[in-house]
Amino acid sequence: MRELYEQLKRLFPLGEYAEQRRDLSFVTVPQEHLRPLLIHLRDRAGFTHLVLLTAVDWLEEGFFQLTYLLNDRAAKRDLGLRVLIPRDGATMEGIHDLWPTAATYQRELREMFGIDFPGSPRVNEEFILEGWTGMPPYRRDFDTKKFSEENFNHRPGRATKDPAKHMKEKLYPDEA
Amino acid sequence: MALYEPDRSQYPAKKPDGTLDIDLTSGKYLKLWQGPQHPGITGNMSLELTVCGDEVVDCQTHVGYLHRGFEKLMERRTYIQCFPIVCRICVPEPDFNEYCYAAAVEELSGITAPRRADWIRTLILEMGRINSYMMYLGGQAGSLGMGVIGQWTTYVRDLMLDRFEELTGARIYHMFILPGGVRDGLPDGFEKRMEETLREIESTMKDVYEAMFCNAVFKKRTIGLGVIDPALIDPYGVTGPNARAAGVAKDVRRDFPYLVYPELDFEPVMGKDSDAYTRADVRRRDVLLSIDLIRQILAKMPHDGPLMAKIPNVLHWKVPRGETYIRAECSRGEYGYYLVADGSGYPRRVNVRGPSYTHAVALLERLIINVNISDVAALMVSFHTYPPEIER
Repeated sequence: MRELYEQLKRLFPLGEYAEQRRDLSFVTVPQEHLRPLLIHLRDRAGFTHLVLLTAVDWLEEGFFQLTYLLNDRAAKRDLGLRVLIPRDGATMEGIHDLWPTAATYQRELREMFGIDFPGSPRVNEEFILEGWTGMPPYRRDFDTKKFSEENFNHRPGRATKDPAKHMKEKLYPDEA
Repeated sequence: MALYEPDRSQYPAKKPDGTLDIDLTSGKYLKLWQGPQHPGITGNMSLELTVCGDEVVDCQTHVGYLHRGFEKLMERRTYIQCFPIVCRICVPEPDFNEYCYAAAVEELSGITAPRRADWIRTLILEMGRINSYMMYLGGQAGSLGMGVIGQWTTYVRDLMLDRFEELTGARIYHMFILPGGVRDGLPDGFEKRMEETLREIESTMKDVYEAMFCNAVFKKRTIGLGVIDPALIDPYGVTGPNARAAGVAKDVRRDFPYLVYPELDFEPVMGKDSDAYTRADVRRRDVLLSIDLIRQILAKMPHDGPLMAKIPNVLHWKVPRGETYIRAECSRGEYGYYLVADGSGYPRRVNVRGPSYTHAVALLERLIINVNISDVAALMVSFHTYPPEIER
């Protein structure tokens, strides 16, 4: 995998490289070089299968990490491309024209993380949530506990009894 | 055999921006919702169909009826607290979630599960695969009006659930493959009872073959339905039996061997016609392959040795910073977990890659065009989709 990284590095300005397994590596890519790199990997290096596209929220550092995981079945290897984009006004270029299935991922990221992909099909339509107006819920600063306390009624726990005492009262009411 | 030829003159024209020019007020087109409560829908999902006569000209899928936010829930739970909830992501085949999650945590923590645990994990995954296929065969036959096949397959699935019960103590959610190994070994006499179950499944599969795959109605309605062009396999992320039925030998068990699959003797089941009939046939033969694999596993597996690796105190288990992706071949295709750890006791991000994410949305929306309304259910079932994987 390192050979592939060295080859790619001659063509694109790549960042940090991390080899997780013999067949799985992660590379950090500048935002503007992602698209040419994806086209190169898809058409020339055999990475034809987009396994997944997802985001990781690094709230403390102030950026989103988009992970594009590509698979090369012939050479039995996976390459994860990490793109770091600022959290404020997060926008990214879509890749739905390279892999039509990416449109679904982009729609989900738009809804769950608030990352915009201008031009992606149906990207602004509701995907999973219905009538959601608040903060995108998969962001780290979304407080799930506060949300559930505000939106759902508190259900009091059932009254509990000491089993020994309760059975005694029930079976031997005279002695209790 | 003459295939159904759609009347293209009825098809709506495309506008310059790529959308279809559909005028609902003209009376020529009709919006029709199939689902979320409909016997022809797999799980909680709905299809917004635009039909012209009885032909579908446009389709938009809608999910979100079963969103439980697992990925977010896991960010607020310790690694061991996540283990009992991952299996709930996929009801008919929960074991792949357990395996992928456990393997991802083990890899990032630098733990290796004992060899005997790997054999038992493989056994459980193959048993789960048979269960899932049994539900599929019943659903595929049921979508075409053959209710009795579902009764037969549910019967043998129940026998397999009995085996699961004696092995793991649970029938549906087993919670057996935890990070570090498995909870227990095989009970006494398990091999004999499993052999009886496998024979019963084989006998039922013979009946299913004769009653379903040799049935003239089933053949007439499924041959030529929903053909996936092999050129669509990669752009649409098609994996598993759907890809193998199109002649593309995608099988994670063979391409990226995990657990003890390198020690087992098998060839991926292939098809070439890529229609709904071929996909059903690939799955039927995959059941027979799984039966063979279970026999191989029971014959070869070691019967003593540790079942759990040494793991840290689970209440204070901190996983070093890193990220990984673990995949496995489930009955529907490639199932994967992308796990990001930030060095704390909680996962930073867990992303579940279910095969239905691509099969049931992008691929279905494309292949449903020009299909007759009565075949929509059969087409959707033929992709073997589970909507809970889409929304998690």
